[in-house]
Amino acid sequence: MILLFLSSGLFLGWSLGANDAANIFGSAVGTKMVKFRTAAIIASIFVIMGAVIQGSGAAHTLGKLGQVNALAGSFTVALSAAITVLFMTKYRLPVSTSQAIVGAIIGWNFYTGNPTDHNSLTKIVSTWIFAPILGGIFAVILYQLQKVVIERSKIHLIKLDSFLRTGLLIVGAFGAYSLGANNIANVMGVFIDAAPTGDLTFGFLKLTGIQQLFLLGASSIAIGIITYSKKIMSTVGNKLFALSTEAALVVVLAHSLVLFVFSSQGLSDAVQSIGLPAIPLVPVSSSQAIIGAILGIGLLKGGKEIKLDVMGGIAIGWITTPIAAGVITFFSLFFMEHVFVLQVQDTETKIELSQSNDIKTAQGDKDYKTVQAKN
Amino acid sequence: MALFKSSKSVIRDIEEYIDKIDQGGLLFKKGIVDYLDEREKSFQDVLLSIRKEEGKADTLRRKIENELYLHSLLPEHRGDLMRLLEKMDDIMDLMKENLYQFDVEEPTVPEEIHDDFKRLADLSISAVEELLPAVRVYFTDPKAVKDRLHRVYFYEKETDKLALEIKRSIFKKIPNLRQSQKIHLRYFTLHIENVSDAAEVVADILTIMAIKRIQ
Repeated sequence: MILLFLSSGLFLGWSLGANDAANIFGSAVGTKMVKFRTAAIIASIFVIMGAVIQGSGAAHTLGKLGQVNALAGSFTVALSAAITVLFMTKYRLPVSTSQAIVGAIIGWNFYTGNPTDHNSLTKIVSTWIFAPILGGIFAVILYQLQKVVIERSKIHLIKLDSFLRTGLLIVGAFGAYSLGANNIANVMGVFIDAAPTGDLTFGFLKLTGIQQLFLLGASSIAIGIITYSKKIMSTVGNKLFALSTEAALVVVLAHSLVLFVFSSQGLSDAVQSIGLPAIPLVPVSSSQAIIGAILGIGLLKGGKEIKLDVMGGIAIGWITTPIAAGVITFFSLFFMEHVFVLQVQDTETKIELSQSNDIKTAQGDKDYKTVQAKN
Repeated sequence: MALFKSSKSVIRDIEEYIDKIDQGGLLFKKGIVDYLDEREKSFQDVLLSIRKEEGKADTLRRKIENELYLHSLLPEHRGDLMRLLEKMDDIMDLMKENLYQFDVEEPTVPEEIHDDFKRLADLSISAVEELLPAVRVYFTDPKAVKDRLHRVYFYEKETDKLALEIKRSIFKKIPNLRQSQKIHLRYFTLHIENVSDAAEVVADILTIMAIKRIQ
């Protein structure tokens, strides 16, 4: 029964894998620098590693936004987000699973009358704007750095090609890891209540309940990559990167850094330790981080290549995706509750917002689940 | 590791290919001088050598092209690079063909323009000789390509000027030449001149390729 409810999250994971792997390996595969088979294997392995090792940070913030506490509710939230992604992809509208899931959670909050944590919402929305900007900044710095290194080293073009090819694989692996770490929250975040309670031990490897749930979600992302991303990598990926291989490497690295920054508890702690504010651990849009990085390089080159319609599309996507997901969730929950007579929220529990802004997400730490207090 | 190994092999082949064109130029100059100085044996040796070098260059070019496709090397620059290599091959072909035309058609070159003919071959090959370092530097420092190519354009223009002078001498200054002989000599002047024109074509392609890499 649990697996049936989880299916919507797994479907969302599958579509995320099919779409977002193109951001990481689209350029490499599209230009035939890397074989699809190699790209798919690397992406699948690292997306799972990222999700299991570092996935809980962003999930925590999503959990604070709205604690979807009944399986049928979680199913509806994830399904609505998946439908939004599917619908917007079909009509070629810019879409992000991160924005869809946030909209869907808020839709659940509205329907069930649970409060939305404005602090978390502000944190998440501001990150959506900062993620592409940060992607652009990273890309500009990395591009300039790379240019200086290539010029000074006077490396032979063919040798450079080999290095870039290896670089694309390494950066792609890092990108997949960051994608798993950051975006697993979108796929499995709302199902945290359904996570197994016992630990699973494989020799020296111990997986907590949440890690087991994330492993399952990440596997669906991996299946999405293996089964459906080839076409997108060879077409959309290639179109998205009308850039040189050097620039493509920088763009993927910048994107990966953005995703990593917004999912690394260690980095956030390090930043805090030197007296700076903590980095919000939030699921960000992989596509928008990539577009931000491309725009950064576009601006560096004089801004001639910047397409205003793409920028407009991003801005519209920020608004339309969460709203559409929220509305779909609201009506789907009504349908679930009144037609299928399923419990979409646990009325026994009432959500209390965490008073603390501290982010406490040690691996497998399920403490944040207990922010729910029994009425 | 296999990737780095194949890269090294392609780099070595490209360098060797450029060397072959360079040797072709030297042989061409020697061949013209030998023909004009009527050193038949030496001229025949040159013919044999240039044919061998041209054959080796062809093999190398095909090998490079195969390697580039087989290992999907340089997907972004591959098309341009293949065109560059093919146009460089045209230079080699032209040099070989020209010497064979001298061998087959045996044009009678009047004594008065012997030196001009030798100088023409020298200038035309200078354009090729200046082109080759630019091709080499394209792979490591594309910004330096432009600095080297201006010498190619210079020698090409100088070749044009001298060819025009030679043609003027043939048709207007040298007495007792039959019309057929004049036309024959004009063609041979043109043949030598064409080598620098082929170098100019490669220089144009290289300029665009370098700009693409700098951007």
